[in-house]
Amino acid sequence: MTLTVETAIKWLHFVNEEIQANKEYLTDLDQAIGDGDHGLNMARGFQEVSLKLNTANYNDLASLFKDVGMTLLSKVGGASGPLYGTAFMRLSMALKDKSKATQSEFSEGLQAALNGLKMRGKAQLGDKTMIDVWEPVVEFLKNHEQVTGKQLADLAKEKMEATKDIEAKKGRAAYLGKRSIGHLDPGAVSSYLLFSSLSRTFSEGEI
Amino acid sequence: MDFVSLVLISHSEEIVVGLKKLINQVQPNVAIAIAGGVDGEIGTNVFHIKEAIESVHSEKGTVVFFDLGSALLNAEMAIEMVEGNENIRIADAPLLEGAYFAAVEAGFGHSLREVVASGEAAKSFQKVPDL
Ligand SMILES: Nc1ncnc2c1ncn2[C@@H]1O[C@H](COP(=O)(O)OP(=O)(O)OP(=O)(O)O)[C@@H](O)[C@H]1O
Ligand SMILES: [Mg+2]
Repeated sequence: MTLTVETAIKWLHFVNEEIQANKEYLTDLDQAIGDGDHGLNMARGFQEVSLKLNTANYNDLASLFKDVGMTLLSKVGGASGPLYGTAFMRLSMALKDKSKATQSEFSEGLQAALNGLKMRGKAQLGDKTMIDVWEPVVEFLKNHEQVTGKQLADLAKEKMEATKDIEAKKGRAAYLGKRSIGHLDPGAVSSYLLFSSLSRTFSEGEI
Repeated sequence: MDFVSLVLISHSEEIVVGLKKLINQVQPNVAIAIAGGVDGEIGTNVFHIKEAIESVHSEKGTVVFFDLGSALLNAEMAIEMVEGNENIRIADAPLLEGAYFAAVEAGFGHSLREVVASGEAAKSFQKVPDL
């Protein structure tokens, strides 16, 4: 795969579509174990990202992802605003001056984004957060040269679903302790949408 | 006399508006900035917090108090964005009592370290005496 400015824009428009379509769902999930704002937060943020992408011109991936990060940071709010904001900003820094990225460059960029998420939120794998989707997905992309969109989406889905059976250690849901078990983590679901949209972007065969 | 400044962060604007009033009644000299809610809704926003810090920050230092959850992530990120942020600290303390204790301490002109310590001592302050 090669990630170009065009494919990145396509990806982010797909993310926006998915987030808007699942706004109520994300809100319901967050209502169960948090404060019920995740759907609204994400919908507001990605709506703005989409608008921005329609009007601005980008020569390279770094400036594109930087804009996405700053937009999410200012519009999303909650925990997911600084988290997704940091992730896209780290991705931008990793792809400095690049107008396109190979799969290995992009995977390294996503690794930098994941490192940023962990630095910012101090969550580990198994804390029932978005990290539970990000970490295995990034690992998979880094370790496999030929990845199909379906493999990527299936893995993200499986990891997202696995957050149901564990206890939250970070974020609002942590205040519930064991009572968070039995519910999906809303941030893991929005991260699944991020990666399933990536797979949709490259659905014509290999990533 | 110079004083350490305080910044109060809450998901709710009313909480920090009220808390600031409460504190100013006993200690009007310490500069207190608030960052509460987002556009009248419940939430926290990194840029609002950054502005609040910048409005009171001085060489003497600033201590940040927050309420729940993501307020910490946003506070940390806001501090990273402020220039000259070496003497800004986040107190690991309950918002109301912590800020109250810290304001009293700051009002004596005490150092940043002392103000943080007195705010954090609120965590173990016994409110209801033993019988
Ligand atoms: N420390 C953290 N590290 C990683 N992910 C986190 C952390 N805290 C929360 N999350 C993720 O963020 C999601 C919740 O995002 P949301 O936008 O609803 O923020 P929030 O928890 O409501 O924030 P707030 O504390 O302002 O209410 C969780 O489902 C989880 O995946
Ligand atoms: Mg929430």
